Amino acid sequence: MAHLSDGQIEKLEATANTIRKDIISMLLEAKSGHSAGPLGMADVFTVLYHTDAVKHNPKNPDWEERDRIILSNGHICPVLYAAMARAGYFPVEELKTLRKFGSRLQGHPHRLVLPGLETSSGPLGSGLSQSAGMAYAFKMDKKKNQVFCLMGDGELDCGQIWEAAMWAGKNKLDNLTAIIDRNNIQIDGFTEDIMPLEPLADKFESFGWHTIEIDGNNIRAIYDALQQARAIFEKPVCIIAYTVPGKGVDFMEQDFNWHGKPPSKEEGEKALQELRTLGGKISGE
Amino acid sequence: MSNINPNAKLNKKLFQGDIEQIPTRFGYGEGLVIAGKENQNIMALCADLTDSTKTSEFKKVFPDRFVEMGITEQNMASLASGVAAVGKIPFISSYAMFSPGRNWEQIRTTICYNNQNVKIAGAHSGVSVGPDGATHQAIEDIAITRVIPNMVVIAPCDAIEAKKATVAAAKYKGPVYIRFTREKTPVMTTEETPFEIGEAEIYRWGKDVSIIVCGPLLYEALKAAEELAKEGVEAEVINNHTIKPMDKETILQSAQKTGCVVTIEEHQAAGGMGSAVSEILSQNHPAPMEIIGVKDRFGESGEPNELLKAFGLTAEKIEEAAKKVLKRK
Repeated sequence: MAHLSDGQIEKLEATANTIRKDIISMLLEAKSGHSAGPLGMADVFTVLYHTDAVKHNPKNPDWEERDRIILSNGHICPVLYAAMARAGYFPVEELKTLRKFGSRLQGHPHRLVLPGLETSSGPLGSGLSQSAGMAYAFKMDKKKNQVFCLMGDGELDCGQIWEAAMWAGKNKLDNLTAIIDRNNIQIDGFTEDIMPLEPLADKFESFGWHTIEIDGNNIRAIYDALQQARAIFEKPVCIIAYTVPGKGVDFMEQDFNWHGKPPSKEEGEKALQELRTLGGKISGE
Repeated sequence: MSNINPNAKLNKKLFQGDIEQIPTRFGYGEGLVIAGKENQNIMALCADLTDSTKTSEFKKVFPDRFVEMGITEQNMASLASGVAAVGKIPFISSYAMFSPGRNWEQIRTTICYNNQNVKIAGAHSGVSVGPDGATHQAIEDIAITRVIPNMVVIAPCDAIEAKKATVAAAKYKGPVYIRFTREKTPVMTTEETPFEIGEAEIYRWGKDVSIIVCGPLLYEALKAAEELAKEGVEAEVINNHTIKPMDKETILQSAQKTGCVVTIEEHQAAGGMGSAVSEILSQNHPAPMEIIGVKDRFGESGEPNELLKAFGLTAEKIEEAAKKVLKRK
């Protein structure tokens, strides 16, 4: 199993930080959108788009042999857009057009306008079904493509997720990996208050899935889990990534009030300063 | 059969008692097998209603391309979007009440907004589903599908046309909804009858009133036209099988010629085929109209013919409507 070197980790952490800065800048410019989820998932998206864990080619988005990255909880798209732009799918300057009229960066992702997007998403709960469909079709054709489905934990309230989970388990889709952003928050509050999900790993296990639990803000752990997922046969894999919502911006961390709103101008400046100095670790700001 | 359009090549036994009676869903089963033979990317997904939707026909011939979904209509719609995203052409089937009923948002977002090549086959539409009652009688499906961008909507009039519509949908690139019915209904068309998606066909020529129909009620319209002829009223009968995109030209030409229109469908009068016709007429050539359909109520249990009568979906009601609309010219 391939591992990342310390040097690679350091570089990837810097990329994740750049993506976090992009997210804050985009939200500041757009004046609407979600803050906590995108920041929390910056490390996962860094590994997905900036390592060899997933086969893809920014210069040839329709490459037939690419793996598929499906974003089910479309509202965290700022992190997807930033990771894609930094990987070379489209110019970084375009990030500023998020949510604006005529932009390819729709408030929730739209496949038909931005090359590299596999699906349009927003309404929660349908990404796992689409991913399972792709995985099933690849198996029918004896193709090696892997499918990675990114989901929020809040959207696990949706019945459709469990329809898909049951179906994927039944069909032993070992080319399907679901990555759950387990940040414990959703719009109305903490997930365990709104609709308790625990014991979450047991739920997926009982539906015929292999589960891996990791620190979702640890680049090495994310990379290793994705490697491990490829090595699991006969079962779909569910990676439960425990993330800190708002990660990297102290006043947003762990606060569900930041789920669905953007920072104000002052808050945004403060967040950017914190990210630039890595929480005060770098002086000379 | 004086004014019947010979080019429509309708069944020679059209007005005889022994005209063949076959449910339109049987045509779906047959068409699916033909489509499957023509293209190996065709798949059939079904949500635990494989026999009654006639997806079973496909399953028999292509077991490897049939997928049992269990009762997961929402999952089925999005999953179909997924298989389509990697080049397959999935047909998803259930009763229309559940697909496109229950899974409407998944159809809108994951199929139509994504513009994926998925075909939705809704069986058991209309009140003629019969004893199962209102919960299983889809009479809103045309309305909810035709408002979604990228979607094509077809309501075949008989089993042969249902077969042709299925084969044509397989060849068309993009989302298509086809509605089928449960009961045996007269086979009015023949293999030679023309069928193209988006092209309405005039089955009977007339100059006094246009009767525009979709689905098996077309037979009631043809019968009504024969009765009207006896009273000197020449009705033009149009098989308007494609509700979207609608054949504007044929509809407008007929309305311009006759000056008044009756529509009939086994669907809510609001939002259905008749509404779509009125949208075209009111903006291009306003003409008096009578829209026959279910008037803002749910279905109920009963025998199919009993229900069609109770809901006013009969030749007699079409005659009445024609006479009424003639006076409004």
